Order: sequence, then C-alpha cells, then structure tokens
Amino acid sequence: MSSPILKLIAQRIALGLLLLFAVSVLIFVGTQILPGDVAQSILGQSATAESLANLREALGLNDPAYIRYFKWLGGILTGNLGTALSSGQDIASAIGGRLWNTLFLAFWAAVVSVPLAIGLGLLAVRYRNGFVDKLISGLALASTSLPEFFIGYLLVYFFAVQWQIFPGISTVYDGMPFLERMKAIALPATALTLVVLAHMMRMTRAAILNVMQSAYIETAELKGLSPFEIIRKHAFPNAIAPVVNVVMLNLAYLIVGVVVVEVIFVYPGMGQYLVDHVAKRDVPVVQAVGLIFAAVYITLNIIADIAAILANPRLRHPK
Amino acid sequence: MSNELEYLSRRVAAGKLNRRDFLGRAAALGVSAAFANTLLAGAAKAEGPVKGGVLKAGLQGGESSNVLDPALNLSQVNFNFGKCWGEMLVELNPDGTLENRIAESVGSSDDAKTWTMKIRKGIEFHNGKTVSPQDVVATLERHSDAKSKSAALGILQGIDKMAVNGDEVVITLKDPNADFPYLMADYHLVIQPNGGKDDPNAGISAGPYKVTVNEPGVRYGGEKFANYWQGDKIGHAAQVEIIVINDATARTAALQGGQVNMINRVEPKIVDLVKRVPGVTIQAVSGKGFYPFNMFCDTAPFDSNDLRMALKLAMDRDEMLEKILRGYGKVGNDIPVNEAYPLFPTDLEQRKFDPEKAAEFYKKSGHSGSILLRTSDVAFPGAVDAAQLYQQSCAKAGIKIEIKREPGDGYWSEVWNKQPFSLSYWGGRPTQDQMYSTAYISSADWNDTRFKRPEFDKMVLAARGELEQDKRKKMYGDIAMVMRDEGGLIVPFFNQYIDASGKGVEGWVSNPAQEMCGGYALSICWLAA
Repeated sequence: MSSPILKLIAQRIALGLLLLFAVSVLIFVGTQILPGDVAQSILGQSATAESLANLREALGLNDPAYIRYFKWLGGILTGNLGTALSSGQDIASAIGGRLWNTLFLAFWAAVVSVPLAIGLGLLAVRYRNGFVDKLISGLALASTSLPEFFIGYLLVYFFAVQWQIFPGISTVYDGMPFLERMKAIALPATALTLVVLAHMMRMTRAAILNVMQSAYIETAELKGLSPFEIIRKHAFPNAIAPVVNVVMLNLAYLIVGVVVVEVIFVYPGMGQYLVDHVAKRDVPVVQAVGLIFAAVYITLNIIADIAAILANPRLRHPK
Repeated sequence: MSNELEYLSRRVAAGKLNRRDFLGRAAALGVSAAFANTLLAGAAKAEGPVKGGVLKAGLQGGESSNVLDPALNLSQVNFNFGKCWGEMLVELNPDGTLENRIAESVGSSDDAKTWTMKIRKGIEFHNGKTVSPQDVVATLERHSDAKSKSAALGILQGIDKMAVNGDEVVITLKDPNADFPYLMADYHLVIQPNGGKDDPNAGISAGPYKVTVNEPGVRYGGEKFANYWQGDKIGHAAQVEIIVINDATARTAALQGGQVNMINRVEPKIVDLVKRVPGVTIQAVSGKGFYPFNMFCDTAPFDSNDLRMALKLAMDRDEMLEKILRGYGKVGNDIPVNEAYPLFPTDLEQRKFDPEKAAEFYKKSGHSGSILLRTSDVAFPGAVDAAQLYQQSCAKAGIKIEIKREPGDGYWSEVWNKQPFSLSYWGGRPTQDQMYSTAYISSADWNDTRFKRPEFDKMVLAARGELEQDKRKKMYGDIAMVMRDEGGLIVPFFNQYIDASGKGVEGWVSNPAQEMCGGYALSICWLAA
C-alpha cells in the first residue's frame, strides 16, 4: 500500500469528521427552532403555569442556546450523551439496546438483500433483454414501487394472520433465544429486503452493462470465455465502485430509514425511539439520535469512497 | 332437557367431556350451536377462574420516554400496568361505588371537612415491608407538594393538613368535599413505600403483580406476587405481559394471530370487521370521555348567549354519532357529565338538532359573516371530519362556519384553551364535582370555555359539601341546566372505550370508569383451559 492512497483515505476521514461537526451544529439549530416547548409537551393538555415553570427550571431550559450547545458537544466528546428530559434516563444506555436492535435487523436484511440483489443483477446481465432479465426487473421494481407499509401489512396478513407462520409483531428483548429472535425479525427483514432490492439490483445491472460495452469485453468474448466468466473476471471487478456506492446507500437506509417498518412490526429500534422523543420535544435524545444517524451515514459513505479508491487500479498502482 | 345440557356443559368445563362431543349431544337435543356455545362459556365462568399461564395485552399509548413513577402516568400503557403492580386506597367499582382496598374504612365528620381512613393491617409491599399509615401520608404528600410534577396535584389541592393517628390517617380539607373518597381512587395515587420519595420509579407497591420487565415503549412484564393481600381474588394468571403496539392495524393483527390475548382502542371504523374474526369479542363500554366544541364565553362573538344557543342547536348529534363514532357512543347534551357519573341528574331534556330554531337565535344574536372553528387530528380521532360535518349542519341553519385545520404539533399549547372556538377532548373525572371544578368554575386553570359565573361557582361549591344524596342529585340537576343553556360547551357525543379480547379469555367485566375493565383486565381475566 503506498502513500497516495493512505493520504486519500486520511483526507476522506478528516472530511467526514468535519462534516459530522457541521451536522452537529445543524442538528442543534434544528432542534432549537422546533415549535413548542419541552415542558409543555411533557405535561400535555393538563399543564398548569405553575407545573410548567417547575419543570422548565428542573430541565435547565433557561440557559442561553450557545451555552447549551457547548455543554452538549463537550459531553458527547467525553462519551456522555446526557439524560433524557422526559424520563430522566441515561441516553447512552437507553440507546445502546435500541441501536443494537436496529443494527441486528439491518444486518440480517443486508445479509439477505445484498447477495440476492447482486446475484440477480448478474443474472439479469447474463440474460439481458431476455425473459429472465425482464422478470427479475419487473418483480424487483414492483416490490420497490409498493410503499413499505403496504408490503408490511401484506406480509402480516398472509404470514401472521392467515397462515400464522411468523409473528406479526416483532418485539425482541434481551435474553431472547437466537432462533426466536430470528423468527421475530423474519417479516420486517423480508419487508426491508423487498424495499431495497430493486435499487441495488438495477444499479448492479446498469454498472456491469456499462462495462460490457468496452472493447476488452469483446476481446474476452473473442477469446472464447463463457458469458459468466466474462462477467465474473472482467466486467464485475470494474463495476465494483458504483455497486459498492449503491450498496452503502441502501445499508444506510436500512439503519436510518426504517421508522415505518419499525412501527408496523412494533420493532424496538432507533426509529421508533426517535419519533417518540421528537413528539415529546426531548431535545437531548433527538440530538443524540440525529448525530448517531449522521455518523452512520457519513461512515458508510466514507467506506464506499475508500472501496471505490481501492477498486481503482490506477490509484492502487501509481506510476 | 336443559338439566341434561347443563350437566353436560359442567362436564366439559371440568374437562371430562370434549367440546365437540358436547356440541354433538346438544344438537341431538335440538339446541342450536350458538346457544350451546353460550352455555359452555357460562359453565366455564361458573367453574371459576383458571389459575396460571401468561396473559398478554397489546396496548396503544406507550412511548419509549415513559417512566414507572405513577405521578407522571398519563398514557394508557402506564395506566394499565400501574393497575397490575400498584395498590390504591380505594378503587372504583363498575357500578360507580367505591371498594375499600388499602383503606379498610373511610369516614367523615358531619361537615365533610375532616376525613378519616383506617389503614388495613398486614398488607405487604413487594419489597417485603408492611404498608403503614405513614406510607399513605407520604404518598399523598409527594403528590400534593406544590413543586410536584404529579398529575394528581390538582385534585389534592383541597388538602389542608394530614396526620397519622394510630392506624388511621386523618385528613383535614380547606373546604367541605363530600367526594373526597372518590378522589383517592385517582389512578396516580398508587401507594408506595415512603410515598415513593426515595425512588418513585422503583415500581414497588402492593398490587397483584410484581414488576419483572420494564422496557418503556416496548414491553412490560409482571409475575404474581405470592403475598398479595387479596390472595387469589384477582391476579389469576401467573404472569402478565403488556406489549406496546401503537399502530392500530398491528394491534388487531396481533390479536388475530394470537400473539396477544386482548387489545385496547379498536377504531370505530373497523369494529364491524374485527367482530367477524372467530374467537374475538368486542368489549365496548360507555365511558365519561367526551369530545367538546369549546366556545369562549367572554370573547366576541361567543359572548352572546343567543349565538351560543344557535351553535348548540345547529349541531346534528345523531348524524355526528353515526358518522364519526359509527354509533359507538352516546349523544351529548352540552354538559360535561353523563350517566356514568354517580348522582347524575337523569331527567334533563335531550337537546336536538333544530336548524329553524338555530336560525332564529342566530338572527337574534345579530352576528353576520363566518365563524372560525379550529380543529386538528390530535383533538380526537375524526376531529377534522367532525368539523366538516358541523359546517354542513350549520349551513342548514344559515350559519357559515370556516374551518381552520391546525397542525397537531403544538395544538395543546397554541390552540386549545387559547383560541375562542376549537375542538378538544376530555377524559372525564371520578365525580361530577371534579369535572365542573376542573374546567367550568371561574378559578379553574383549564376553563377552556371561559365560563366565569360567581353564582355558578357557588352552586358547585354548595353541592360539593352536601352529604345528603337526594338533595345533592337535585343540586347537580340545577348545575347541569345552567351549563346546558348558558355554557360555552357543545358536546356532540360521549365516546365508548372499545377493547377486544381474544380466544379463551374469560372473566371480562367492563368498567365505565376506564378502558380495559378499568385497567384491571390483566388482573381479573384468565385463559380458559
């Protein structure tokens, strides 16, 4: 490994950190301009002026905004995400379990969807413009076009209510046996797979087809290689960069974009946690979750960038 | 014949005859299958509760930001779980009377100002300590502290001082209040060791179940407390579990799929569909909750009683009930109370939709131009549709209503109790006095109709201190008449609590006080073997 690559990678990571810092400012400002007031939201319709004042003071809402920002940033840098205003619980420990649940679901959805999408993409290229290609594209596009709540309800209707194969609600908890946990996430993972499948599959297909136009593919064909060999040895390695990009984008979606699926399947992940606390104006939690989501997005994008750099032979073998 | 059938049904309940054979014999005796099934259910009930097992409820109304502290309980999940682990001084029976729990007896002085509660001996907390009068006083102190965030702060404001006298708690009120025992049934007032002052979120009280799982917004679990003071009277299942399912469709699917045994909040629009699911029973009960249209009596144009009357008469209650609640409710009479309250004056005339009379009053008020009505999805389910229906019925009386749909975020802080004409909801209170004092007397914080009448306040105050029941009922009749004819409140309907129970669930007793058998569904139901 030579220095230009290391330098490029170091640059990407530094840029990522800078971006994360900028996002933290945005998140903080964004949460400040939300309408309404935390104390009011916690007490709801039954708030009196007296109890509002009590709560506001207890929550430290009377400090100016910039002081609260630096207190918050300082806390995060030392690993302290603060405590939730509404429940008084430590945010880090409350998020821990939920983040783990979200990652668990995203991981298994990715394990199923990524190889499936790429495999189907390869298959579609091999039989391009034929019946198989059209069938794969048609089904994948259809599943993507359906809104995820509809897919979710369809799955619940058939697999949970009619046939009772899988549970319709995916409540998971600590100490749940692994197999039971897998059974619980079967339906949400399937729904997520169906949602992200087409994007990755179509992108794989397009990227490889693009490469297939090149002269060296023609040469390979003339050499007498089989179509699969050509795709595997010559086309796919040169199409990795765009494919990795779209895979990372979808992985990020699996982690940060699953609110609807979580609600339908009652899955205790980050999305539901975020929504609950936005509704309660629980700013520290919203900030912490927002920052985690941003970090996930930025990290995955950095990985995609680095993979693209590494996949590029001109960068791997500088003159 | 009926004797033989009854004998057979008891054999089934005792497990000596299977269900199919029973139905076969019933058919041979010329009995319809439906009737035979009813007989079986009756026999199962008579056979007594089945002990053990896990009873699960899928409930709406829980968030990941919830805590166990009863003082901060506002949503359904905490309310229901609180009834599993918490024990109260007194509890509201389905018929509106009070049952003594931790308080063995409750008595008052002749002027209803000094109340004495004898604390039952030998009740054990989950942590092994014994419930003492000091714990009771500490609990009331914590909830009535002026700095307290307790939702029960308002109802305890009338307490002047508290003292322990042997095994009695003596409470002196600032003003006479004949309803005081009812206030003690407020679901926030769970008796905790040292009043929960040490750790309000510990989840320790003297209820039938001990807290074993506390995952806010996800699930809660409890196991039967071996030393529960009422023994096996309630708390039949060995374990109870609450799964938080805020999505209505997911909740119904979970009940259908058998993952939970009961659910709350079945939406009126799908009740008829849910009814058809085999094994599922809809449990609907009329409650005290209502959905008001609030007018500020001190703000133009609503300061004219003629205009208020016109707007009341222009409400087509029957259509509203049919279209918004699909009939699962009861029409209102522009007063904030109904038959679910003790001492309700039943002889009031029902106000009806009368566009001509409304037009007359409208003309008399001299108002012209449109009237702005604010609504939002969060006011109550169907509130936007309700506003539109009202707009149409008002048009029949020549009254022009302009609807403004407000965002749900901030509705309770910016619109309700701030704008002169808006939609809202009230969940009801234990007694009529509480309902009137909370929102319709001059000094009330939540006077969301700005109804400020010194004479009216005096009437409410006088009724509060009256211990003679018949006289009191008459007084509430007079109060209701003033409210109905001069108040700023339009009540199209009272809603129902619509829950559903699944296959094999027995022992359900609906309670108009609250959903899910008054929160006790998990404790009083059992799963038929």
